[in-house]
Amino acid sequence: MLVVILGNIVYVGWGHLSWEFLTQVPRAGMTQGGIYPAIFGTAALVLLMTLAVLPLGVMTAIYLQEYAPQGSRWVPLVRLAVQNLAGVPAIVFGLFGLGFFVSFVGREIDHFLYGGRLVYGQPAILWAALTMALLTLPTVVVTTEEALRAVPQGLREVAYALGATRWQMVHHVVLPQAIGGMLTGGILAVSRGAGEVAPILFTGAAYYLPYLPTHLNDQFMELGYHVYVMTTQSPDVEATKPLLYSTVLVLLLLTFALNFVAVLVRAQFRRRQMR
Amino acid sequence: MEHHPETPKLKIEGLNVWIGTTPVLTSVTFDVPEHTILSLIGPARSGKTTLLRALNRLNELNVAFRTAGQVYLSGQPVYGNGMDVASLRRRLGMVFSTPTPLPMSVWDNLTLGPRLKAVQSRTELERLVESSLKAAFLWDEVKDRLRESALKLSGGQQQRLCLARTLMLEPEVLLLDEPCSGLDPISTAKIEEALQELKRILTVVLVTNNVKQAARASDLTGFLLMGELVELNDTEELFTTPQDPRTADYVSGRFG
Amino acid sequence: MRWVERCIETTIRASAFTVILALVLIFVFIGKEALPILTSPSVRQEASLRQLFGTIVWQPVSTVPQYGLLPLLLGTLKVTVIALLVGGPLALSAALFTSEFAPPWVREVLKPSVELLAGIPSVVLGFFALMVLASWLQSVFGWTYRLNAVNAGIALAFAVIPIVYTVAEDALTSVPRSYREGSIAMGADAWQTAWRVVVPAAFPGIFAACVLGFGRAIGETMIVLMASGNAPIFSAALTDSARSLSATIAAELGEVVVGSAPYHVLFLIGSLLFVLTFLTNLAGHWFVTRLREKLEGR
Repeated sequence: MLVVILGNIVYVGWGHLSWEFLTQVPRAGMTQGGIYPAIFGTAALVLLMTLAVLPLGVMTAIYLQEYAPQGSRWVPLVRLAVQNLAGVPAIVFGLFGLGFFVSFVGREIDHFLYGGRLVYGQPAILWAALTMALLTLPTVVVTTEEALRAVPQGLREVAYALGATRWQMVHHVVLPQAIGGMLTGGILAVSRGAGEVAPILFTGAAYYLPYLPTHLNDQFMELGYHVYVMTTQSPDVEATKPLLYSTVLVLLLLTFALNFVAVLVRAQFRRRQMR
Repeated sequence: MEHHPETPKLKIEGLNVWIGTTPVLTSVTFDVPEHTILSLIGPARSGKTTLLRALNRLNELNVAFRTAGQVYLSGQPVYGNGMDVASLRRRLGMVFSTPTPLPMSVWDNLTLGPRLKAVQSRTELERLVESSLKAAFLWDEVKDRLRESALKLSGGQQQRLCLARTLMLEPEVLLLDEPCSGLDPISTAKIEEALQELKRILTVVLVTNNVKQAARASDLTGFLLMGELVELNDTEELFTTPQDPRTADYVSGRFG
Repeated sequence: MRWVERCIETTIRASAFTVILALVLIFVFIGKEALPILTSPSVRQEASLRQLFGTIVWQPVSTVPQYGLLPLLLGTLKVTVIALLVGGPLALSAALFTSEFAPPWVREVLKPSVELLAGIPSVVLGFFALMVLASWLQSVFGWTYRLNAVNAGIALAFAVIPIVYTVAEDALTSVPRSYREGSIAMGADAWQTAWRVVVPAAFPGIFAACVLGFGRAIGETMIVLMASGNAPIFSAALTDSARSLSATIAAELGEVVVGSAPYHVLFLIGSLLFVLTFLTNLAGHWFVTRLREKLEGR
């Protein structure tokens, strides 16, 4: 079945895939032209998202594995929060992004910094990225925790015996060992973020924009959202079909490539640890 | 026994350690004079390693351990509020029972300790690396391989690297936890030879499950059994005329 | 030196608590926007609880707006149940197969394939269901509506399979080898061992897999939004178009006025989804913990 889905998409989508398709803006009611703004928007979105989610996720994992006192009551609570965050539907994240980031944080920023002028109190790439960061947080926390857990306890003792403080131990011994796992988590999060649409529906994605987002409060086009829009709201389905297939193919290739890189990175670092 | 200064380097007083509610050490009291090698022998699970790790407060890493009693390092209480644990552990350098090279180059392994102390001077580090490697009888084997991964060294070399890495801290006391347990006789001999040299500048506490090693390498020997220090004496006397029948049984190989 | 250490520790602790805070904030901010349904008289007049849960018409953008949630609940139920009925057995038997019978090379192929399946963005699955699967199903079965609950359910099954498979496979492989050896020593064959010994031993984990799959299914938005036809029809027929709670939010939040009655109703739906998935997750992880305790003999 996997083969059927992929085969169908690759077969139909390949034909229209060209350099122009990847580098041009949509034209003629999105029946012609390319998807460059959507690719750019996706990249910008996941970049911002990564900047937010990696530090937060990695530090949370470090807390759970290295800093929390043994038997602390907080550890199960944080784990529970992570697990449940992973189960929250994507659309609920979208609602939250709108209710919290856009309507609350954004409005307050406008109120205090811009005298009530509408700057951040509207859907924007920043809010979409932060919403997406929350969605991908569990992925980063769980993979980082796994990587930290794989570092032998003996190495931590060595660091302490050499007079390391806790942070020195983490910084000089644990993190260099765990960096592969952390990278894997980051890439998986990016792959997840590049594929999700529901959280950005109301927090910043746009149907059609002829320009690229240049400010944090700009709206943006995004591949997944572009697929959704073209599939369900296109005025002329038959005319957009080849473009649509190619867009789906690009999105698939992107997420698969990211997943594949994650697997490679993990394997590479595992081998290095064996040696 | 020619070394007997007024204050012992280490003074252990009424040391008790529990894991959970199980006692591991009961009222252990003894002195370690400066510039001596003191061996601790005893059967497996008699509390030797716990005792050693109580000296540099490494047991604290596991909350299940509880410690009572006091240890004095040059008269200074180790278990005290004012004691900075990190600098304490630099004064009491430790080598573990299995080689524990960090997955980095030989040079990075060696210089990690000084770098943690913010020693950055290249010349200073080079001087320390050379003297430590020489003291651990490893200099000739690795002086051209400092940039290679430490994991590529043989087991015996790795353990001597760990010894050298500890010496980089310029510790006052060396705590060795069965440092030769997995090593071949040649590496073992090299480490023992190194200890005889090192004794002139520092004090050594050596935990070993090899009774012969204790007899060969140490000035003083203590015998631990089920968390209790049964007997501690001049090594030769302990082996030739043990005061306690349990010691006699153990050193003659009747159990353990 | 000392204070650097302090700062770092504080930052790290703070980020861990941010995670808890995030979950609480989600609950608070979605609940806050749903609250007017209970508290604000004007909203209550337009969308009373009795209307929400007692009527069967969902028509928020007509001259006399009607907010009956029942067709949405029914739609969610239909799609979810179909997804679990299609995906569940498939995923569970695949898990049993990989853990008990499959030669290593099959395992090496199957596990990454499932991971690959999990990596397909849901919008792509929705797209596939809409463009290909729907036409195909219609030409085979001759249904009136091209987009219907069955179509969405089957597409949703693709999203459910990876999570059910992963959790179930974990549970099955965590059964100690000694159980299997004991069974085989008593003369049971591989099939009897799997069915009579391994599956019962791993049961809490398998159940957890289904619960977590259920949670994934009710929350999934894009697939249902694209593949179900989105008509809020209150009917039991599986081949009618259907609309789920999550798809309703996605389809309508963009068009409602902030602060209006339908806006609050949509957030109420969001709260409902949040609470539902929260509970299924808690239950799922509780069963996983039970399994671990059981296998460790506590």
